[in-house]
Amino acid sequence: MTEKLHNIIAPYVGETGGLISAMHAVQAELGYLPEDVLPVAADLFNQTKAEVKGVISFYADFRDQRAGANHVRVCVAESCQSVGSRELVTALEERFALKLGETDLARDLTIEPVYCLGLCSVSPAAEVNGKLVAKADADKIAKRVEA
Amino acid sequence: MIKIYVPLDSAAVALGADEVAEAILSEAQKRDASVQLVRNGSRGMHWLEPLVEVEQEGKRVGFANVDEGDVAALFEADFLTKAEHESCIGEVDEHPFLAKQERLTFARCGIIDPLDIDAYEEHGGLAGLKRAIELNREEIVGDVMLSGLRGRGGAGFPAGIKWKTVSEAEADQKYIVCNADEGDSGTFADRMIMEGDPFCLIEGMAIAGLGVGATKGYIYLRSEYPVALKVLNQAIKIAQENNLLGDNVLGSNQAFDLEVFVGAGAYICGEETSLLDSLEGKRGQVRAKPPLPALEGLFGKPTLVHNVISLCSVPIILAKGGEYYADYGMGKSKGTLAFQLAGNIAQGGLVEKAFGLSLRTLIEDFGGGTRSGRPFRAVQIGGPLGAYLPEDLLDLPMDYETLAEHGAGVGHGGLVVFDDQVNLREQAHYAFEFCAEESCGKCTPCRVGAVRGTEVMERIAKGEDWAQNMVLLDDLCELMVDGSLCAMGGMTPIPVMSAKKHFPDDFEPDQAVRAAE
Repeated sequence: MTEKLHNIIAPYVGETGGLISAMHAVQAELGYLPEDVLPVAADLFNQTKAEVKGVISFYADFRDQRAGANHVRVCVAESCQSVGSRELVTALEERFALKLGETDLARDLTIEPVYCLGLCSVSPAAEVNGKLVAKADADKIAKRVEA
Repeated sequence: MIKIYVPLDSAAVALGADEVAEAILSEAQKRDASVQLVRNGSRGMHWLEPLVEVEQEGKRVGFANVDEGDVAALFEADFLTKAEHESCIGEVDEHPFLAKQERLTFARCGIIDPLDIDAYEEHGGLAGLKRAIELNREEIVGDVMLSGLRGRGGAGFPAGIKWKTVSEAEADQKYIVCNADEGDSGTFADRMIMEGDPFCLIEGMAIAGLGVGATKGYIYLRSEYPVALKVLNQAIKIAQENNLLGDNVLGSNQAFDLEVFVGAGAYICGEETSLLDSLEGKRGQVRAKPPLPALEGLFGKPTLVHNVISLCSVPIILAKGGEYYADYGMGKSKGTLAFQLAGNIAQGGLVEKAFGLSLRTLIEDFGGGTRSGRPFRAVQIGGPLGAYLPEDLLDLPMDYETLAEHGAGVGHGGLVVFDDQVNLREQAHYAFEFCAEESCGKCTPCRVGAVRGTEVMERIAKGEDWAQNMVLLDDLCELMVDGSLCAMGGMTPIPVMSAKKHFPDDFEPDQAVRAAE
């Protein structure tokens, strides 16, 4: 693992904002950031493990466990609220028997809130497995999850 | 060969544009129809997306809300040559939503292939950069000053003053940083132009580089915008191949190059100093000002930090001169703003107009009222840190000074409309929740105040010590306004206080208890 992480991270040393780009790269490869990333990144970027942890923990994108292969992100910001995102979240929680922000690895499913996908003219918005959904409802989202 | 346009814009894609494009190609092949498919940006009439356009006798005829399942029927109705199908909206340029706009910054968005640099130039692109090359630095900055352009990211700071400060600063390295961390709910103008006309941003940044003497630029893009990332990276590569970027920008003997940096899901990184720390690979924590980023910005060097739309307004200012731009607008609000109609609105989309039109014109004439058809109740202007305004203030003209007089701000020009189902106490509560979620944690009024705010709102909702908690709410907001380091904590009280002021009924104890039950 250490060697693999080293190979992913090393090209970003010396780049502007390299640590964050490196963490994106690790997560793109592994789906999450394992503990082992701390000593490797700390060594390569000449920082303490605490500093690296501080950066990782600051950003919502970085996760310490992988998300389900079915990954639903529902926008919970104002524009989507104005057309029923609160009700949409409740409907999804009931339908999938999972609370917003939780992952069920047995079913390979994650439902998370997101603060704005920039689709505010066609709210409510969601993203299912990387694909954007506008004027979203529970059926539209469930169809994508099951597909 | 008939040209067909299907937008690649995220809003269109989220409504099925990719599938429609694919269906058109496969159906055309089946029928041996000779078509050229162009993936354009969006025209900004998002309620009509996916909006397919067909070039018929030099005119672009639109077909609205096309679903992949409709494509065969469109071919049956001969949509390549006839404007007859029921989804046809006629010539797109003549549509009242577009015909009434004043598109300066968004002149090309939705019209051209975003990655066709020749089309970019044919439609007025590069004229600004070419003129900038003929001018000296003082003259470029002078034109921006003359235009009256103010920062379009929300703060509305005069761009010319910022440019002058960076230009006159002496350093071995200066930077242009584009703030493309468009995290405010209700805003999508940055995304639209990055997806639909990326060369406009590149040109604006190159002009800024010449104007202030910076050779390196960064676009700090939020990770929620993968389409914009792809388009920008392709556009930068094309720009480099065509010497728009590089060691010798269009033969000027001046260097300017840029790259995209992808953020990692932190709203606070839209605040310029937090963004700079993030771009340095650190936690996105807010810096105390002074020093101003214009003097000590990225890596301590003089840095011009501008929002996407500010930079995208620069090419036309340089192409036509500062006076031309300043002729639009009113008072100290010069030029145009890309208003974004969002939320519960029938005709959601982008309206670029000179400052000075009323909220009512935007919401009723352009937006067609609420999408639900229920009565209008509130509009939040300028994102999560913007004010909630009621119906009786809709006749206010949209300009920086007038809204400021009413405790609101134009911000980024995003309008989120709510119908009568909204409870403004809940929205005030959410404002604190959002601040608690997204605070960088550096200053106490914001970090702790946001959490205390949610607690106070919970007690108000339950009617617990209601009168005292209403006073406590005022106190807390006053403290956050006065004591916070940046706009996150300093402006969270704006949605809260405006909701309380204009919609007091929603905060009444009986109401609150009933709503909570």
